[in-house]
Amino acid sequence: MDIAKEFTKGLWAEIPPFRFVLGLCPTLAVTKTVETGIGMGLMLTFVLVFSNILVSSLRKVIPPRVRIACFIVVIATFVVIVELVSQAYTYGLYQKLGIFIPLIVVNCIVLGRAEAFASKNGVVASIADGLGMGIGFTISLTVLAAIREVFGAGTFYGINVMGPSFEPFTFMVSAPGAFVCLGIILCIMNMFGKAKDM
Amino acid sequence: MRDIIKMIVVLGLIAGVAGALLAGVRMGTMEKIEYQELKYVKGPVIMKILKGCTNNPIKDRFKLKYGEEEINFFPAVFDGKLDVVAFETTGGGFGGDIGIVMAVNLEKDTLTGIGITTHKETPGVGTLVKDSESFKNSVKGLSVNQPIKVKNDGGKVDAVTGATVTSRGVCEGATRGSEIYRKLKNDILAKAKDIK
Repeated sequence: MDIAKEFTKGLWAEIPPFRFVLGLCPTLAVTKTVETGIGMGLMLTFVLVFSNILVSSLRKVIPPRVRIACFIVVIATFVVIVELVSQAYTYGLYQKLGIFIPLIVVNCIVLGRAEAFASKNGVVASIADGLGMGIGFTISLTVLAAIREVFGAGTFYGINVMGPSFEPFTFMVSAPGAFVCLGIILCIMNMFGKAKDM
Repeated sequence: MRDIIKMIVVLGLIAGVAGALLAGVRMGTMEKIEYQELKYVKGPVIMKILKGCTNNPIKDRFKLKYGEEEINFFPAVFDGKLDVVAFETTGGGFGGDIGIVMAVNLEKDTLTGIGITTHKETPGVGTLVKDSESFKNSVKGLSVNQPIKVKNDGGKVDAVTGATVTSRGVCEGATRGSEIYRKLKNDILAKAKDIK
């Protein structure tokens, strides 16, 4: 098993959410600003890595018929930890992300990696997979959020970058704008190399 | 049969460990979360009525028991000495309980300010009380040794037009707060004497 390959596949070849088009709910909802995009990405990375570790180390113990229930318990535990810690230390971010933090539980990327990868592979490979996928997701959200924030509000991470005369293109920060933006990025990414077996 | 037992045991164990872990994290972060919530949700209101104080009232807060409930007190230092204490109380409004923060001068036993933190009042009607400066100003300087009432009820507070029920609710809450203050004043002074 090539560990480096497991890590790097999440950064381009299988980068979520663009290659999988999974976990779209937070992707569209929290990418209004770069701050919330990065925040959500890092939280998801944490959950992904730790749920992958637990699922892969318990994979021989968990009976196949209740595996989904076990995975969800593991994932939910880490999500609640993230929620409590963010509430305690980054309250502003916690308020902005709101309901989307508890919703990481039902993010298909997390359950998808637990089911498709961690339950079949060793701990080290699963860490690499979770880390790669999480960082890939963070990069995706940051790019999407950067485009939306720069054009939609004229700022980047809250700092004005477009000058005072810039008229914000408010469509970009609305929900339809998120879809359009995501579609354009998907289109560009497919032009530069389609995922091999999709 | 063995399969079912194994399923139950494994799922039960995982859930048990998860529960214990979460309980631990919850305990560890509880104090910090309480501080953050006070700072971001109630903090702005508290800081507004304690404007000009030189300490950090939220950091210096202390709890006292009043009957069954625990009440947060926020001491404020003006000109180098502890002058005012703010605390939370509730009054019955039109749509439910109104969360009130009131500040009382420890020397004169008078109200120095009042603010509303949480409410379920009718937008545009009951909520006028929250934003009305004249209502809040008419409360200032009232003694906590007598019930606080709106003018209609023979008191001194200007009720907000059209929002009498809410105004009354806030006054009722302030009266309740006065009772709390009178009962706990000695404890407050004992707790807060070292705060500078």
